[in-house]
Amino acid sequence: MGKKTPEINSSSTADMAFLLLCFFMMTTTMDQDKGLQRRLPPMPDPNQKVEDQKVNRRNIIVVKINSADRLLAGSEPMHVSQLKDKIKEFLSNPADDPNLPEKAEIEIEGYGPCMVSKGVISLQNDRGTSYQAYIAVQNELVKAVNELRDEFAIANYGKLYMKLDEDQQEIVRKAVPQNISEAEPKDVSKK
Amino acid sequence: MSKFKQKEKRTVPQPPSGSLSDIVFMLLFFFMVTTTMRETESKVVVRLPEASEIAKLERKDLASYINIGAPIRSLQAQYGNDARIQLNDSFKTVDEIRDFIAAERDALSEADRSFMTVAIKADENTRMGIVTDVKQELRKCSALKIIYTARKPAE
Repeated sequence: MGKKTPEINSSSTADMAFLLLCFFMMTTTMDQDKGLQRRLPPMPDPNQKVEDQKVNRRNIIVVKINSADRLLAGSEPMHVSQLKDKIKEFLSNPADDPNLPEKAEIEIEGYGPCMVSKGVISLQNDRGTSYQAYIAVQNELVKAVNELRDEFAIANYGKLYMKLDEDQQEIVRKAVPQNISEAEPKDVSKK
Repeated sequence: MSKFKQKEKRTVPQPPSGSLSDIVFMLLFFFMVTTTMRETESKVVVRLPEASEIAKLERKDLASYINIGAPIRSLQAQYGNDARIQLNDSFKTVDEIRDFIAAERDALSEADRSFMTVAIKADENTRMGIVTDVKQELRKCSALKIIYTARKPAE
């Protein structure tokens, strides 16, 4: 009989693991990046002739922010807090006002025909606009669309937009599109 | 009566501590898997703007970061306190974004390239001029998916 190999004392593995654990717990970063997602328009082809995109005047609302972070929506100056309601009214056009965007009937797969607004929000800013003001305006625009989506979702499915499944969300997204166009940069401050 | 006395004498059995290390190891693996080391050192001060309607960035591994803000205090003597663009580890000019995006795109697999997102982390006091320049440059290299990083407003 050979000698028994002595067993390694394993009572301190827990301590070692604890040390490692503490190290990883302290270095770990669990912060998730959150923000407003956007899709930039593709660069226009320089060889292509610039065709005037005929967007009916009533279908477009121009939101401008100047270098002093003042806001102009449509043709009236307003505060950021008023913007959401203005946009909601613009996009939903409840009373079929001829000055507000027209709607087109679109066949949505899985839902059927639906009246979808043709409204487009055009956002213009100055080079001197602060990023904070820009994000605040972007946020209000998204909020307006999100609230309209929620209203649509509740009316049709009885649930909030976030609680719907993927397919239903897709339908709602088609019914209430988020058409925000970030205009070509131009110097708004004319001297 | 004697029954009760007997019970008092009995010692409470120690819970088995043999599996303690296993439990700790499991926790350890969890943290090792979830941890992400900070790859780049921040050279600009970024205080994110507030926004309530924010969505999560879906795939962190597909994101490239562009930081815009004033240099940190120790670098202000060298670079001034004008807003600057930081890519990876150094200050860059707007024109260098193109190379940065190309490099980031090459690092991704073929299938993931169309999902690449550029996260713009700009300080809330930055002027839009520099952000617009960055956006134009991104459009030129057709990195169209962007996210304006923001934080939830404190309630």
